[in-house]
Amino acid sequence: MTLGEVIGVAKRCMLSFGTPAALLWVPAMASAADTGGHLTADHFAIAPGGYTPMAPTPGKGMPVDAGLTFQAQYSPTGIEALWMHDHIVLWILIAVCVFVAGLLLWVIARYNKHANPVPTKTSHNTLLEVIWTGIPVLILLVVFVPSMKLLAHQYKSPPANALTVKATGNQWYWSYSYPDNGGFEVTSNILPPEEAKKRGEPVQLAADNRMVVPVGEAIRMQTFGADVIHSFAVPSLWFKLDAVPGRINEKVLTINEPGVYYGQCSELCGARHGYMPIVVEALPRPQFNAWVMTHSGAKIDGAPKTADVPKAADAKPAEAAAPAAAASGV
Amino acid sequence: MATIASEFQAHGAGDAHAHDDHHEHKPSFFARWFMSTNHKDIGTLYLIFAIMAGIIGGAISGLMRAELAHPGIQYLGHIANFLGIKDASFDQQLHLWNVLITAHGLIMVFFMVMPAMIGGFGNWFVPIMIGAPDMAFPRMNNISFWLTVAGFCSLMLSAFVPGGTGNGAGIGWTAYAPLSTSGSQGPAVDFAIFSLHLAGAGSIMGAINFITTIFNMRAPGMTLHKMPLFVWSVLVTAFLLLLALPVLAAAITMLITDRNFHTTFFDPAGGGDPILFQHLFWFFGHPEVYIMILPGFGIISQIISTFSKKPVFGYLGMAYAMVAIGVVGFVVWAHHMYTTGLSEDVKMYFTTATMVIAVPTGIKIFSWIATMWGGSISFKSPMVWAIGFIFLFTVGGVTGVELANGGLDDNLQDTYYVVAHFHYVLSLGAVTALFAGFYYWFPKMSGRWHSEFLAHLHFWVFFVGVNMLFFPMHFLGQQGMPRRMPDYTPALAYWNHFASVGYMVMASSMVIFFVNIAYAFIAGKKAEGNYWGEGATTLEWTLSSPPPFHQFETLPVISDSDHH
Repeated sequence: MTLGEVIGVAKRCMLSFGTPAALLWVPAMASAADTGGHLTADHFAIAPGGYTPMAPTPGKGMPVDAGLTFQAQYSPTGIEALWMHDHIVLWILIAVCVFVAGLLLWVIARYNKHANPVPTKTSHNTLLEVIWTGIPVLILLVVFVPSMKLLAHQYKSPPANALTVKATGNQWYWSYSYPDNGGFEVTSNILPPEEAKKRGEPVQLAADNRMVVPVGEAIRMQTFGADVIHSFAVPSLWFKLDAVPGRINEKVLTINEPGVYYGQCSELCGARHGYMPIVVEALPRPQFNAWVMTHSGAKIDGAPKTADVPKAADAKPAEAAAPAAAASGV
Repeated sequence: MATIASEFQAHGAGDAHAHDDHHEHKPSFFARWFMSTNHKDIGTLYLIFAIMAGIIGGAISGLMRAELAHPGIQYLGHIANFLGIKDASFDQQLHLWNVLITAHGLIMVFFMVMPAMIGGFGNWFVPIMIGAPDMAFPRMNNISFWLTVAGFCSLMLSAFVPGGTGNGAGIGWTAYAPLSTSGSQGPAVDFAIFSLHLAGAGSIMGAINFITTIFNMRAPGMTLHKMPLFVWSVLVTAFLLLLALPVLAAAITMLITDRNFHTTFFDPAGGGDPILFQHLFWFFGHPEVYIMILPGFGIISQIISTFSKKPVFGYLGMAYAMVAIGVVGFVVWAHHMYTTGLSEDVKMYFTTATMVIAVPTGIKIFSWIATMWGGSISFKSPMVWAIGFIFLFTVGGVTGVELANGGLDDNLQDTYYVVAHFHYVLSLGAVTALFAGFYYWFPKMSGRWHSEFLAHLHFWVFFVGVNMLFFPMHFLGQQGMPRRMPDYTPALAYWNHFASVGYMVMASSMVIFFVNIAYAFIAGKKAEGNYWGEGATTLEWTLSSPPPFHQFETLPVISDSDHH
């Protein structure tokens, strides 16, 4: 962590400390993600030039050298959760530790046998006991309110026509299938260290094929375990969902800006548990569509099944078909 | 029965007629240590066993920290070679890593902390503190101990038989299905599971023994509300053991039958559910963490009171805070499973219930400080360890409030932040309490003084070491490093290396500890009966050091004015 980062974190925290009203404020959820059930013409635009893997931005979506705090967040719920940590929970944790340490130092200094040779015989004080039961309850209430809000936001359902991506954990690699895009599947294996370095990606976190998703859209993220339990986790998106055999877990995932976001399997799954990285690449819609079309049998999600992918100009019929497609998909 | 009993007595205490006159007459070595029915001898056996297991479990964590000191895989091949696997493949080396983390967890939980806290100090001091001559079921006490030893042997054996990709059980101490069923072929996992059966059976019998002893064998006048808080803590712990361990036994029995008899309790292919195992495991597992820490609370209460020369502040609040922690501890288990796909309402409930635990825990912290407030504190080694405990446990406790929030935990679940949290409450909490108790009672148990200087030095080196070792894990976890990883991306190298250096500092403090024990037995001064003086008011201080082989043949009478 650089000095600049330390100052940045300190500044972030200081700002809120000065404004108690901030305790009740929770960042608004990004509403841009919700297209309201209607697909616009842009939805079907395909960027020319196909797909080239995006180069990661150093320090974004990955751990930073000797980092002291959370990775910067790139999802609405991630921003909200980090805000809650930075501005509420962290301060309470520090305050409690400092308070207890202060009391300990005080009794050590004031009530050692030299300073206080004769001990008192006090062993009860009902008022005091009520106070130190009551105040922690109040402190917990301060945590409780934003905590429940955060949970409610994390469980918001994606819109009916949201893109579905299914991540399957296998021993020991991930595969990603795109049922709304014709059902193709991407297999993602760890890159050997030399190869990762050659491509300018972090060792141990880089994978040969990425899970590519559109930026700014609510994605219906599903996880499934093919053999044992795995866990799909991306720290910079505040996202972790176990991939369990016999059930499909589902959660909404929205990524605010284009980028490459790294994660790792986060449930012990056997020998190569440490060797199944997760790489999420978020692209603007047209570039995402271009990536989709590099797969054989692929189609843009929301487009009619049989027809060719419509051009941006004649998107109108597709718009009508979208709700039906979504309804059959759910 | 009568015949057998008299036969054992003939072996044990010698001629029945002479028994009353010569109660210091001890049985022969084999009968005394291998067929023991004396609670103090069994307590000693438990402590020796826990120290041995602690050395093995601690050495394993040393191997782990060595491997994690730098990015890449450096030592696993050598360790595999040492364990008899020549030219281990890369996968076998990685499997060995999983075996190490599994063994470290199981050993420290089931064969170090629990035997030391409950088996060791519980056995030694619960009967004495309530004025009883021994435990209610002395022979069952002996079985409890030897079942624990058998369990440990079964776990050690598991490391040398096939367990899937390599030798040994690489399933984590949580043994989640299906990794522990279809995911691990070979007998190693069966050995590991059986070891938990044995240790669990031993603990259940121990719990029955403590509950019966505490309810029925208190000396005249020793009402429940006069019992020392250490006895209260063991009573609550015994109930937790009695209610939680059978659930673990059921869960791991289902694992065994899924593995060997084609049942499908946890296999979706036959209508089972892997998440069911997690519910059962954590219904046991969460009370288990309180099983490990509650006796520590009791030890700390005794020590704080002794060296402040004051009765414990808010005694009833302290006792019932432990009861409350025990009760609430049974309804928070799914906070270990926030990312398994729980529904919104379930997550909100478990978030709320988990945060509630901070309240009784806060009562305990504040009451300890209030006990010191107005006291006349002498900083003998147990007191220094106890004050260290209060601070370290507070640090571990507050990160628990962060993890309790289901929404925040989505990022922290299964990362090093969790590792940091539970090592602050266990490795720095429970273990610090164990050392506090050890220095508090060691002269009582052995009759010999340790070096107070070395005990203080041990504390300071340990305190610096464990904080260097575990505090950076908060950073690693927040940066997203998952737990149970043999390797990591180079950005995480700095704090990993720092933690490994901290391990070496901590390990050197253990050298001081063993030197101190050796010193006590070789050159330690003889200890008096009540060597801590004025503040030490519980019944063990009315006895000689070490106490007679059988104490309280005439029961002590506790008068109404006596305080805990």
